[in-house]
Amino acid sequence: MKAAAKIDMALFELALRMGDNDIVLAQRISAWCGHAPILEEDIALANVALDLIGQTKLWLDLAGEIEGAGRSADDLAFLRDARAYKNALLVERPNGDFAYTLMRQFLFDAWHLPMLRALKSSSEQRVADIAEKAEKEARYHLERTEDLIIRLGDGTQESHSRMQAALDDLYPFAGEFVAPDAIDDELASRKIAPALSEIGALYFDYLETALAEATLKAPVDAPVRKGGRKGLHSEELGYLLAEMQFLQRAYPGAKW
Amino acid sequence: MKNEWPLWEVFIRGQHGLAHRHVGSLHAPDAEMAVKNARDVYTRRNEGVSIWVVRAGDITASSPGEKEPLFEPSNSKIYRHPTFYDIPDDVGRM
Repeated sequence: MKAAAKIDMALFELALRMGDNDIVLAQRISAWCGHAPILEEDIALANVALDLIGQTKLWLDLAGEIEGAGRSADDLAFLRDARAYKNALLVERPNGDFAYTLMRQFLFDAWHLPMLRALKSSSEQRVADIAEKAEKEARYHLERTEDLIIRLGDGTQESHSRMQAALDDLYPFAGEFVAPDAIDDELASRKIAPALSEIGALYFDYLETALAEATLKAPVDAPVRKGGRKGLHSEELGYLLAEMQFLQRAYPGAKW
Repeated sequence: MKNEWPLWEVFIRGQHGLAHRHVGSLHAPDAEMAVKNARDVYTRRNEGVSIWVVRAGDITASSPGEKEPLFEPSNSKIYRHPTFYDIPDDVGRM
């Protein structure tokens, strides 16, 4: 029997982590389609979801290619169980109210943009190519959520209190994006991905400025809630995947 | 209805060299968000290179009742149409 070629596990994990953040968040915000408070927001959220699904395809195709076991992006999306999903916990938080959805999006976008910017100069060309394309989309996503966060945070008493409640609840999940583990350290030393401490510094500096403009206060000394990037998820991800994967699980190989 | 966001009229330039064209309207809390909403509502299929928005209330429109004095006098003045000239091909789009 031929020995299997050695898989570049760190690169594989990077592609999964990037792709899984995108697909889980896209699935979450897709649920607003037809339900957002106004038509303009409805379309905008659906646009963001579609951008993220497009990015998912690129990342998971890359993951499948690195793994070399013949799994496509669809196989990885629809036939993996929760423990094999490597998204950060933030993106699997339920939609809550519109403030909660927007705050979750903002905390994601604010990390996503500097991360993709840094990945554009990855030593791995396939990663740099995906980042090049995705960064333009992420730039718009952040511009948009930043505008909304500031307007709603510094808006009416009602909008302010809802945004603040969402921030209190979600802020502890922000740190996971920039908390490095051994995989991140290896990726950084091989110049495939940036050192997460650098992204973390940019991320939290930016959050501080934007949140101050929105008159919102990040909780002090919030514990960092993490585990998703290692496959340890909250209960909510199971329900999300059950719905998202239903068709392929019930009718394996179904196409239309 | 009092709490509804103001209405904005949206104008999009489809290509460089063309004029902005009215494409529709939308609601937004302010001008900046109106441009972003216009991007999301009206340029999803690569329709534009530039967006203008203007508050619907800031547009002063002619009144349909004024149609006769405003427009009819020009009906009989065909010499104002530039149809008596041949436009050279090199002039391009006018």
